[in-house]
Parts: sequence; structure tokens; C-alpha cells
Amino acid sequence: MSDNPRMNSYALPDEHGRFGAFGGKYVPETLLSALTELEQAHRHYQQDPDFQAELQLYLHDYAGRPTPLYFAERLTETVGGARIYLKREDLNHTGAHKINNAIGQALLAKRMGKRRVIAETGAGQHGVATATVAARFGLACTVFMGEEDMRRQALNVFRMRMLGAEVVPATSGTRTLKDATNEAIRHWVEHVEDTYYIIGSVVGPHPYPALVRDFQRVIGDETRAQMLEKEGRLPNAVIACVGGGSNAMGMFYPLIPDREVRLIGVEAAGKGMDTALHAASIGRGRPGVLHGSMIYLLQDEYGQVLPAHSISAGLDYPGIGPEHSYLHASGRAEYVPITDQEALDAFFLLSKTEGIIPALESAHAVAQAMKTAATMPKDATVVVCLSGRGDKDVAQVADMVGGNGDGSH
Amino acid sequence: MDRIEAAFAHRRDSAALIPFLNASDPDLDTSLELFRTALRAGADIVEIGAPYSDPLADGPVIQASALRSLRAGFAFPQVFEVAAHLRQETDKGLVLFTYVNPVLQYGTERFFRDAAAAGADGAIIPDLPWEESEPIRKAADRAGVHLIPLIAPTSSEARIARICQDARGFVYCVSSLGVTGERARMSERLQALVSAARRSTDLPVAVGFGVSSPEQAANIATFADGVIIGSAYIRRVEAAVTAQPDTSAGREAAVAAVRTFTESLRQAVAGKGAIRQSGAGALDDRSPATSTPD
Repeated sequence: MSDNPRMNSYALPDEHGRFGAFGGKYVPETLLSALTELEQAHRHYQQDPDFQAELQLYLHDYAGRPTPLYFAERLTETVGGARIYLKREDLNHTGAHKINNAIGQALLAKRMGKRRVIAETGAGQHGVATATVAARFGLACTVFMGEEDMRRQALNVFRMRMLGAEVVPATSGTRTLKDATNEAIRHWVEHVEDTYYIIGSVVGPHPYPALVRDFQRVIGDETRAQMLEKEGRLPNAVIACVGGGSNAMGMFYPLIPDREVRLIGVEAAGKGMDTALHAASIGRGRPGVLHGSMIYLLQDEYGQVLPAHSISAGLDYPGIGPEHSYLHASGRAEYVPITDQEALDAFFLLSKTEGIIPALESAHAVAQAMKTAATMPKDATVVVCLSGRGDKDVAQVADMVGGNGDGSH
Repeated sequence: MDRIEAAFAHRRDSAALIPFLNASDPDLDTSLELFRTALRAGADIVEIGAPYSDPLADGPVIQASALRSLRAGFAFPQVFEVAAHLRQETDKGLVLFTYVNPVLQYGTERFFRDAAAAGADGAIIPDLPWEESEPIRKAADRAGVHLIPLIAPTSSEARIARICQDARGFVYCVSSLGVTGERARMSERLQALVSAARRSTDLPVAVGFGVSSPEQAANIATFADGVIIGSAYIRRVEAAVTAQPDTSAGREAAVAAVRTFTESLRQAVAGKGAIRQSGAGALDDRSPATSTPD
């Protein structure tokens, strides 16, 4: 099919775990055998009909998939441009896309004979998803969470403990997601022989970025089919927030070959791109190694990792996954900044126009969708990945804005 | 004979003693004095750590040390400064210990060129596994600096062979699973791991991660060519300087602690020959065909 605009050549990562110049496995020697074992299991079970059937069963009956693709009519009218659709990952069990990956990796852990799982978490969504599947599959579970994030997301800490997980505070460094990931990796090094590490995003050493992407691609696969059904064509653009970048990678991946679809990743610009308080790894970082992978990274002249800042704990990470780094470098995807304030405004606007309270992370994507849609004709379409619901953020937002909860001061 | 070879020259009788300390902890001058003290008190090689914001392979003691150092204003080029100062005073081995990202940001070629100019003999990069090491090893070779690889209890025999084939200087054998830090007991697989390395290389094999006491060092010295000790040193330094913060008395206590500890370790690793003859002589078992010509 020579007239097919889909690029058929995209087959990354390569056998070295590289996405162009990005990716790889920069980790202590102790972990290499476990990564090789995981790589083999990933390759094997990806092709295994029995495993795939079990995965589909849990995604359908337990997580509640497929999630709806919802036409946001009032938001579209408010913006006055392209038709805005929301991919409702917030309607998943546990309230975010994180469950897709947690189910997949828990099933993998079980097949690999591991009885114990660990995870890192920022906002707590991945921690809750992991604690949930651990409960369901009878696995012991330990979640590492930055001490600062435990304070910001106390409710999620309580949820994880209710689900039977042990929550361990990460007290090193900035005491946020980056340090929780360091602690999880250190713990894994020590317990590598009986413990499976469920990474929550498309970061970390190979094969994790590909593995997590493959469990999240269901977002993009469903979106593609749903758009063809509803609109008879693919969207002009898909938009997703990126911290590590798992919901964005899940949305983007099946659409990479569809070159007419713009892929837009939204980085947290925090207090502004010209301040030191942001999490814009692509906008303000340069290639470097963090958590075992070559990625765009916020760092100083000598490679010391700089602290990130975002209103949302889930985007508060100084790096971005290697495949996003590659998609940026190759020009296939665009990465744009949205500030704390813009995200907060979108948080309130979506709540009022659609009756949907988004996670602060997802509110970044909503804010960008409004900007993008406004520049497009009315027959164009934009899909926003609404990666999670905002219940977890209500208390924090109330603290920040005070007032009546209507966004006014 | 290069300086790393020289440091292991007496390995049949005595294991090499290899302390690790972070540059600039608690400050640049004190750390320089600590390295100097360790070398005078009997260290054969010192590992000069470049403090890093995200030391993935390190436990709490070295993490805290790195943080102190960064707060004291450590900047990466200071590792070369420390090495250059020590090189003016000693012919013993100087090895830089750094995570991979600072090397890449500094520029790989530039890093090894500056390391060589400062008189460093080798470099250890704990998050650079064999798969990712080739371009960095080539740059090290061009500059005449040994890139010293690590092997771990989880490394397969085939991996160990590959790693040892490309090893330079010596092979760093990770004693047990986990990050750096002191441990009460050593893995039983440790001796098997050292033996596996010996089947693949004639280079010296040193053991590190988790060595906390002279007794452990003495035990390791019976089957390995070198003993690397980091956290146990740093804990002593930390105790001394936190007891008397911001005083020269605290710094002097740290220097004294390093001297005493080094002397006791020196004694511990020296008794190798006597114990070896009664125990299994891994070195003696190697066939003449594979040993290095003198």
C-alpha cells in the first residue's frame, strides 16, 4: 500500500533498548540479569494468547475498559474552535490510566513467579493502582513515596494502606517522585531475586519504557477506533500531559505512523518557564541519564539533577521518558508548556462546563487543548487524554485557592 | 608496571587496601587531608568519590556524605583537583568514582583527559554496565586511564567472562546484593564470584560493598586481591565532624579516626599469606598458561 500515509518503519526500541540516542540501561550490574529476564518475559507474553486473554479479561471486567471517548460539547462551545473529545481514562477503576499498566505488570510478575511487588509513586495514583492489583492477585506490596508527596497526598497514602500495601517514605533528596524512584531502585537492587518492580511510567532502564508503553497503548488503540467510528476519521491532534509520560505514550504510540495526526505532549511549566520552578524537561533540559535511561533531563552544568516543580505531584519529575525524548528530537511530537495557573483555570473550567473534575495533571492537557482547539476550524477535532480524575486534588486545591470552591477568590 | 599493578604487586602475601571517601566531604581541604592520611597509614589505592545528586548505587551513609559535600559547594572538576594534589605526594593508586551522568555532561573525552592529567590511574562508574560501556572505555583507553568494571552476585558466568575480557586495572567484585553500606555478614556466593572472575582474567580482583570491619577485611583478604571500604570510613568521619561541627577539633578527630581505622585494616589484610596456605589457594590454582608474564 504505497499510498498509505502510515509510516511502517517505526519499530523502536532497537535491540539495545535505544530510541535513537535515548534509552539504554544505565543501572548497577546487579540489576542486569533481572532486566534481561524481564525483557524475555515481555517478549514472550506479548505473543502469548493465553496471557493476552487474561489481560483483556481484567482490563474489561476489573478496570472497566474500554473507557468512553466523550464529545465535550460545552467545552467546545466555550472555546469556539475544533471539536474537543475527552478520552475518559479518569473512569477507570482507581481513577486513572495507571491501572492499565499495573494490571499488565502484575500479571507478568505472577507468570514470572514473583510473590512480591514494589512501586514508586508521585501523586499516589500509581501506588494506589499497584496496591490494588497486589491485593487482587495476592502479592505482597511495598510502595515508595516521597515524604513531601505523602504530606500533599495523604488520602492516597491511606488508600494504599487500606489495600494492604506498606508505604515507605523516601526521605532523601527532594523527597518527591525522583527520590521515591531512587529508593525503589535501591530496594530492588537488594531484593532483586524475589521482587518484581512495577515502574509506573515510561521511564527507567530498558525494557521498562517499552513494557509500560505496550500496556498503555490500549488508550491510543481505543481512541483510534472510537474516532473512526464517531467521526469517520482520525483526530487532527491528540493532547496529553507528560511527567514521565505514560498516558501520553499510550495515546501517541498507536498514532505515530499516522503522520497527519499531531501529537502534543504538555509539560508542567510550574510558576513559569523563565523561573527555576517548573518541570519542563524538554523545554528547559538537555540529554542526560536519570533512573537508568538517557532522556531529556533538568540538570546543572555538571550533571547534578535539578529539582522539578509542578502544582501536580504526578508531573513533578525532572525527566521525561526516552521515547518522548526521541519523538521530540525526531520532530514527530511537539512538547509545550502549561503553567500551574493555566492548569488550575482549566481544572475549574472543565468542572463547570462538563461536570468533570480532572486531575491536576490532566488539567494541563485540557488547558493546552483549549489553546490548540482555538486556532483550528470548527470541523477539526482534538482528543485530550483525561488521564485521571480530580478527587485526589480537591483538598489541595481548596487549600490553595480558598474561597468558595468556584475558582473565585 | 603501572601504579595499579604496583598496588597489587604483593597480592600473594597481602591484599591491597582500598578506602573510598567522597571529595569535599565535609569540605575540600579536610577531604584532601583524609585521603592523604589514609595513604600514609597504609592504603594502596584510594577511591576519590565525585558526590552526585542521585547516587543510585549508594546506601544512606554515602548519600548523606554526597549531600554534605554538595552543600559545601562541591563542583565536579574538584575531583581532578584532589587527584592532582595527591599525585604530587604519592605514587600509590588513585581511582575516581563517579556516576555516568557527570562524565557525559563534562564530556567523556575531556573527563579522561583531565583525569590522566591529574594523575588518576582509573575510574569506576557504578551505573555503567558492560552493555553501555564501549564508547566510554575507548575514551578511557585513549587517555591511558583504566575503566574498572564491576561484577555482582547476580552476574551470570557468561556476563562475568565478557566483563572480565574488557576489564582494565582490576575487577571490582560487588560482595552482596544491594547498595553500598556495612553488613554484618558477607554473601556465601562471594568466594564463588571471585573464583568466577579469576577464571576469566589475570587482573586482580577486589571486593567491595558492605565491608564494615577489620575482621571482614581479613576474611576477604584470604581469597581476594583487594578490599574496598567506603561507608565504614565515612561513618567514622561523619561521627567525628558531627560531634564537633565547624571546629578544627572535629576535623582533627576525623583525621585521627581515618588513621586508626586504616592502620587496623592494614594489619587485617596483611596476614593473607599465612591464612592462604592453610586455606584454599585460589591464586595458586590458576594454570601457568593463563597467568600474566612478569
